[in-house]
Amino acid sequence: MTRRIYFDNAATTALDKEVLDAMLPYLTTHFGNPSSIYSYGRETRLAVENARKSVAKTLGVHPAEIFFTSGGTESTNTAINAAVRDLGCTRIITSPLEHHATMHCTEALSKRGEVRLEKVAILENGHVDLEDLKNKLSGSAEKTLITLMHANNEIGNMLDVEAVGTLAEQYGAIFHCDTVQTVGHYPLDLKKLKVHFTSAAGHKFHGPKGIGVLYVNENIKIHPFIEGGAQERNMRAGTENIYGIVGFAKALELAMAHYEQERSHIQAIKDHMIKRLESEFEQVRFNGDTRGESLYSVLSVSFPETEKTEMLLFNLDIHNICVSGGSACSSGASVGSHVMQALYPTEHLVPVRFSFSKYNTLEEADLVIDQLKKLL
Amino acid sequence: MIYLDYNATTPVDERVISRILPFFSVDFGNAASAHPYGRKAHEAVEAARGSIARHIGADSSEIIFTSGATESCNLALKGCFESYAGKGRHIITVATEHAAVLDSCRYLKTRGAEITYLPVQSSGLIDLEALGQAIRSDTIMVAVMTANNESGVIQPIRAIGQLCHQRDVIFFTDATQALGKLPIDVQKDQIDLMAFSGHKIYAPKGVGGLYVRRKAPRVRLAEQMQGGGHEKGMRSGTLNVPGIVGMAEALRLFSLPEQRQVEAGIQALRDQLEAELLRLPGVFSNIPGHTKRMSHVANLRFEQITGKQLLGRLNEQLAVSSGSACSTESKEPSHVLLAMGLTEAQAQSSIRFSLGRFTTAQQIRQAISIITSAAEDLRRTS
Repeated sequence: MTRRIYFDNAATTALDKEVLDAMLPYLTTHFGNPSSIYSYGRETRLAVENARKSVAKTLGVHPAEIFFTSGGTESTNTAINAAVRDLGCTRIITSPLEHHATMHCTEALSKRGEVRLEKVAILENGHVDLEDLKNKLSGSAEKTLITLMHANNEIGNMLDVEAVGTLAEQYGAIFHCDTVQTVGHYPLDLKKLKVHFTSAAGHKFHGPKGIGVLYVNENIKIHPFIEGGAQERNMRAGTENIYGIVGFAKALELAMAHYEQERSHIQAIKDHMIKRLESEFEQVRFNGDTRGESLYSVLSVSFPETEKTEMLLFNLDIHNICVSGGSACSSGASVGSHVMQALYPTEHLVPVRFSFSKYNTLEEADLVIDQLKKLL
Repeated sequence: MIYLDYNATTPVDERVISRILPFFSVDFGNAASAHPYGRKAHEAVEAARGSIARHIGADSSEIIFTSGATESCNLALKGCFESYAGKGRHIITVATEHAAVLDSCRYLKTRGAEITYLPVQSSGLIDLEALGQAIRSDTIMVAVMTANNESGVIQPIRAIGQLCHQRDVIFFTDATQALGKLPIDVQKDQIDLMAFSGHKIYAPKGVGGLYVRRKAPRVRLAEQMQGGGHEKGMRSGTLNVPGIVGMAEALRLFSLPEQRQVEAGIQALRDQLEAELLRLPGVFSNIPGHTKRMSHVANLRFEQITGKQLLGRLNEQLAVSSGSACSTESKEPSHVLLAMGLTEAQAQSSIRFSLGRFTTAQQIRQAISIITSAAEDLRRTS
């Protein structure tokens, strides 16, 4: 069997061994319920609060603004529902390229008649049309939630968060930024970004699954999305997932400590892939703003639909190359990628997403290209 | 420190740890991915689903994974309320439920629900006749927990299930404290929705589940967390593979013959602890002797001593609590004990002891002596 190459790190990542070592004691010996008042509880309470401080520091915010959730999907659902139910937003402006968590949550609110849903125009290169966003904001005095993702999980395009934050401030809108693909991959200073909410998930940056973070700006007061206990300062009920919280903080700490080095390592892989794809495949097309404002770990390409390309994902899989056609969340479904559909509605293309991590190598990139040459 | 608070949380069993370790760094795939890493994760999740389903007499398609019992309770109540709005807005629950149920009901009230809180008798049990009378034509759900987290009292689940089905009402039970420890069969017990959690059964925190009946009747549940459409469209979010595998393994351990023996031994230790402490002056059990209750829980009150004082003394050496861990910060007397007819003072002088599979006979002997001397000291100085 040939060796397995994992180029699907935007779907999920391998847990870092150092993170696992940090987590393990909290499964066995330090297992107390942090709400308990005796030492077992006090030591896990301390671990949770230290983790919160560490995460807050990395993101440039106050610890009281960090809430632990079960993952990115819960964080996003909490933020969007709170903006509507607690902050009085009656309009949501989003984009057609958002993650399903945002897309389906906003659609459900719209379907129930709780909000008016507007989709901002997308430029040819896959970026949000900021002019259109501005026009939409100035066109109505309604209390508005803007929910846009920082880096697109399928094509890697990065939003100008500062510009959107400034617009949100100018028009008194609430701004939720889905930062699931950038927390742990990109230096973020949330205080400077004028966001009200951001979502993050541990498993996207070598932390554990089942743990996420919701940042809520201190000036915002919201009600819990999951009720039934005083945890997370009455904001998120349920016994804290301590090992997950410790793992999240450790993974983020490691990611940021080695950021420069890992970024250049991964960027080199992406650049190498781009160079070779361009020289070897005449008909390859790069989706989104690949060479511009694009996350260094994601590379999305398309090939014209032919008998060979239709079988591409299947054949890569047979050759132990793990990539994805879109996001993992929809890869099981036969419906195509909504992102590709929105960006290139009339074209018959087969999209392939390569997403890299610190564990990948240039050699793997070459192996993947060589295999692609054989298959196409 | 002697840990006697297994109802608050449990350590993860080493056998569970070794089962889940590969799923962190080696078989780490996203269960929704179509490649080998994803398939391996998916297979592990489905095996876990099947194993849990078999344990409770369900079909594997009826198990939904969540982040814990609190989320499961929220999903059951809110999801049903949304789906059955056409039938009615009335929900029946019990005064002694966990905050996850009570707070969800309180929220639903703000969304137009009408909630009936059934009282309990001094035994902690509900009156079935009162339940029958409370059910109306617009009642959509009855929510009664299987075993109470504070008192350990076990409700007559099967009778409640029968009654609900006769009256065409959905029966939801929070079995967080009972799963693994009590035999539960969703068919025989006629349960429609059942919440459970990993960390109460020696599996990790951050994972739980919800049984959702698919046949006779098929329960409709509106998704509360939208996204990738995971878990048959009832609960989105990347699956917590190690947590799920761990919860299934933890549940499986309960059925091993050698483990059954260990679990049975816990009752003898609980009985010894209770019998010795009841000999002390002013110590009473809050549960009438003949009441059906969990074999690892004792809830005792130390009259003339406040629980706060006693806990302050005991908590240096003993991990015990005055009630639910989720409410320890609130300092309010236990709503469960108040509902059972205790006065505020009595409730505040009560302590819950919950034993577990790692409790030893020596720990119980030590605990008895620690509690005895603390109670004597405090009685003398008060």
